[in-house]
Amino acid sequence: MSQPLLLTVITFLPLLSVLAILFLSSEDHIWIRRIALAASIAEFIISLFLLRGFEIANAGYQFEEMRNWIGEAIHYHLGVDGISLFLVLLTTFLTPIAILCSWESIKENVKGFFIAILIIETAMIGVFVSLDLFLFFVFWELTLIPMYFMIGMWGHDRRIYAAVKFILYTMFGSILMLVAILWLYNLTGTFDLQVIESKLQAGLIAIPPHTELLLFGAFFLAFAIKVPLFPLHTWLPDAHTEAPTAGSVILAGVMLKLGTYGILRFCLPLFPYAAHRMAPLIGVLAIIGIVYGALVATVQHDLKRLVAYTSVSHLGFVVLGLFAFSTISVQGAIYQMLNHGISTGALFLGVGMLYDRRHTHEISEFGGLANPMPVLMGFFLFIALSSLALPPLNGFIGEFLILIGTFEHHHQWATWATSGAVLSAIYLLWSYQRVALGEVTVEKNKTLKDANGRERLILVAMSAMIIFMGIASPLFTRRMEPSTNALLRLMDRPQNASRPAPQPQPVAQRSPTIIPSGAVSRPAQGRLAQSRDLLLPFAFSQRTHSQNERFLGGRSFSSDIYRTPRAGALAPEAFAASGSALASRQVRP
Amino acid sequence: MNSAVQMANFHRLLPEIILSGFGILVMIADPFVARARKKSLGWLAFVGAVLALLSVEVVARDPGPAYSNLISSDMFSVFLHIVVIVAAILAILGSLNYLEQENLQRGEYYALVLFATAGMGILVGANELVTAFIGLEMSSISTYILAGFRRNSEKSNEASVKYFLLGSFATAFFLYGVAMVYGATGTTKIDGIQAYLAAQSSVPSLAILGLGLIFVGLGFKVVAAPFQIYGPDVYEGAPTPVTALLASGPKAATFAIMLRVFVVAFGSTSNLWFWAIFVSAVLTMFIGNLAALVQTNVKRMLAYSSIAHAGYILVAVAASSVIGVAAVLFYLGAYVLMKVGAFLVVTHLGQKGEKRLEIRDYAGLGQKQPVLAAVFSLFLLSLLGLPATGGFLGKFFAFQAALDVKDPRFTWLVVIAAINSVIGAYYYLRVIIVMYFSAPSKDYAPTSVAPALGFALAIAAIGTVYLGVLPARVLALAKSAADSLALR
Repeated sequence: MSQPLLLTVITFLPLLSVLAILFLSSEDHIWIRRIALAASIAEFIISLFLLRGFEIANAGYQFEEMRNWIGEAIHYHLGVDGISLFLVLLTTFLTPIAILCSWESIKENVKGFFIAILIIETAMIGVFVSLDLFLFFVFWELTLIPMYFMIGMWGHDRRIYAAVKFILYTMFGSILMLVAILWLYNLTGTFDLQVIESKLQAGLIAIPPHTELLLFGAFFLAFAIKVPLFPLHTWLPDAHTEAPTAGSVILAGVMLKLGTYGILRFCLPLFPYAAHRMAPLIGVLAIIGIVYGALVATVQHDLKRLVAYTSVSHLGFVVLGLFAFSTISVQGAIYQMLNHGISTGALFLGVGMLYDRRHTHEISEFGGLANPMPVLMGFFLFIALSSLALPPLNGFIGEFLILIGTFEHHHQWATWATSGAVLSAIYLLWSYQRVALGEVTVEKNKTLKDANGRERLILVAMSAMIIFMGIASPLFTRRMEPSTNALLRLMDRPQNASRPAPQPQPVAQRSPTIIPSGAVSRPAQGRLAQSRDLLLPFAFSQRTHSQNERFLGGRSFSSDIYRTPRAGALAPEAFAASGSALASRQVRP
Repeated sequence: MNSAVQMANFHRLLPEIILSGFGILVMIADPFVARARKKSLGWLAFVGAVLALLSVEVVARDPGPAYSNLISSDMFSVFLHIVVIVAAILAILGSLNYLEQENLQRGEYYALVLFATAGMGILVGANELVTAFIGLEMSSISTYILAGFRRNSEKSNEASVKYFLLGSFATAFFLYGVAMVYGATGTTKIDGIQAYLAAQSSVPSLAILGLGLIFVGLGFKVVAAPFQIYGPDVYEGAPTPVTALLASGPKAATFAIMLRVFVVAFGSTSNLWFWAIFVSAVLTMFIGNLAALVQTNVKRMLAYSSIAHAGYILVAVAASSVIGVAAVLFYLGAYVLMKVGAFLVVTHLGQKGEKRLEIRDYAGLGQKQPVLAAVFSLFLLSLLGLPATGGFLGKFFAFQAALDVKDPRFTWLVVIAAINSVIGAYYYLRVIIVMYFSAPSKDYAPTSVAPALGFALAIAAIGTVYLGVLPARVLALAKSAADSLALR
């Protein structure tokens, strides 16, 4: 690649700035903040170089870096593809915002706070760019401790309880994932994700179905706790509510995506059989999460808790999109990860700004705030609208892609999930009404100051991103699509003889594109055609369509396309060759 | 005569010779050093230990048998020599100011540390069970005395008596076991037993009985369940730098002989002893972690934590393979650094009379002494097994070795160990919570860290991070050490 160390620089620049901050006196708050902000903005700008060098049509990993780390088996292997690219950018975008929003609200132990934010940034980016399971796990665990400190030291009243709950939940999941990683290593002789994938693909290694289910379970549990998927979500409202604003922004904005990203990057391509097998269960859990999260959010009297529960609902959409296994729904899921990071992050920022003024999250303490604070409340409404997926804002694109992609295979899922979209309008608009509209009910609120320059900067940046992602979605989806297709292709692993035949699914249409084939029933076809028209201006250029058709070889997909290896879609010889070339690399530590 | 010297190969025993020599030197010099200047004896012992560490290099250049093959100075022995001598060096550095502060500064303390270390050195090199017994006794008797070194403290006396009585029983069990193994196989040499068992179609039951008794003795010394009861009391009562030594050096050395007996000598019969180790490992992990959850005293908490760690190490022992041995060795290296480090921080924070040992005494340490709190957190997180620390990789390799056996029993063992390390997370994090998230108590007057102790902490902290981030060299060394054992 043209920029050989770009990913290393992006990953470790925040850590480097931590060293700089360490040398400052802990009383020197101004410079600590300035360095942290400067470093994070520099980081964002450098990460934009990724966009510049990124080859759109390339489905594989780019900016790859590979070095031996521990023995021959564990590598320092980095790379981004269309799936992780924007998650890295989301991280580098949200970190300066998180730093800005804690500019004044953090008064104690300022040094520690900004160090924690920057370490989290390194760790999260590390998770997104690691292509070695061991390296991935190291970064994965590294996100925990600074976040634990962030909740525990700078959080609100019940912070210690929330911090401990957060870390124990997450650790429980991740330790079993570690066992699964080790198992996978003993099975394949490598920690390198690409090597494992290509070996599995080429049939050099076969994971027995039972083992695959266990391994999938171990990985999935870790990720599902992080997402969090219903019923593993109970740590989330506490952690969110008790965390300082920046903590909530990072937690909701990026950290939850570590879970969905993990599912997409590891669970689906490594364990396709198990993923298909468990998809009905997981889909149902996701839908329960969508509806349950929305219903519980509706009845919250604490504004921050309300926003926290919306995460359960929105992330349910993401998981649903992933387990619908169609290009569109998976792209939608990735898009929704980004949207949720921006919109929910922005909601938390707004809630944090209210908290800075009133030191409460109780909705009953507010009311009529639009009178004293028209600007802040105006932005708040705008962000709420983006979160409830109003077209043409960003949230709409993500949810719509997920729903349409899901509908192709599981129209019942999609139908149920749609109720989440309706409920989100209820809880967000109702809460907005109670907070902002009407007469000012509490005397103290009459004199509240509107957003200051720093806060306006934050809100404008977030709103601009909301609009941009709503309008310019092809810029994103075009880059995601080749990698998404490649990933879904990895799920069509050659059939293992011992594997039971996949259950025929009740829904007839299972095309991974939105192009309706002859097998699609008439009403659904009508709806699909309609939806495609709706979608086109936002999400898909004509080019992507043709690409889809090329990739699928113009065949009809009434049969079981996931399990049957498609001739021509991948060249077995090429995989065998790469597999044997890679096989020479595997050496025990 | 000449051939006898050649047979003896004294240079392969150089570390023990130096350690014992300096131990004697310290004893001889003791009467001639004024009361106020006894600390210099500590430095003398430090020099001796450092020289012994350097002399390991001599052994490493020419590994082989010594003393008519009673001692096997192979790479395995070299690796563990480094581990136990580093533990001793750190303990000596941590003791210098502690003894001054407790008014216990005496020459024999350092001499005993050196003798104990020499005993551990013999133990890790022993290729013969009676020689191993000598090493075991040397290290044990020295540490019995060290545990009671705070003569005016009831707890210290109790620790010493308890340790002595139960420890004597345990060594007796060991010796009894050795006798039975000798009766069954006609030899006490590790390679001899291995060869004998390999030639037999079935294992004599007397040998199995003997092995069981040996396990009782060694299980006691590594503080593995169900022989762990004495551990927390002794660790709590002993002077804290001695606890640091007890929890690290003897444990590592005993694991060495355990590996030689179980994995090398009785390696071909691993099916026979597997369940003993399995049950012991599971019990050890659960008892250690669950009991640690409810401790309020930091020393006791760390004592139970070291019990739990013995359990994790047993997981790798059970694997009975080359990578299992390498994993044990790596684990021991990381474990010694983090455990001694943690106990040395406790040494400093205990203040005069060891009166600040409750977890709540650490409240607000993060604000009062940020560097010390950060270093202690590092050791705790390493004990917890957080990536980028030596403790994580220790666990990682141990689990990997166990899973590598590809046997469902081992999978269960690893899953149990994994769940245990999450239980462990709770109590390590609790200390961190108190240090960082609670307001400091008003009566606490922080004292500055003495240079010697600070140096020891720096070594332990840097070592812990080094093993966590760049483990390749140490791992390669552990691997070559494991290869030097003739496993079957």
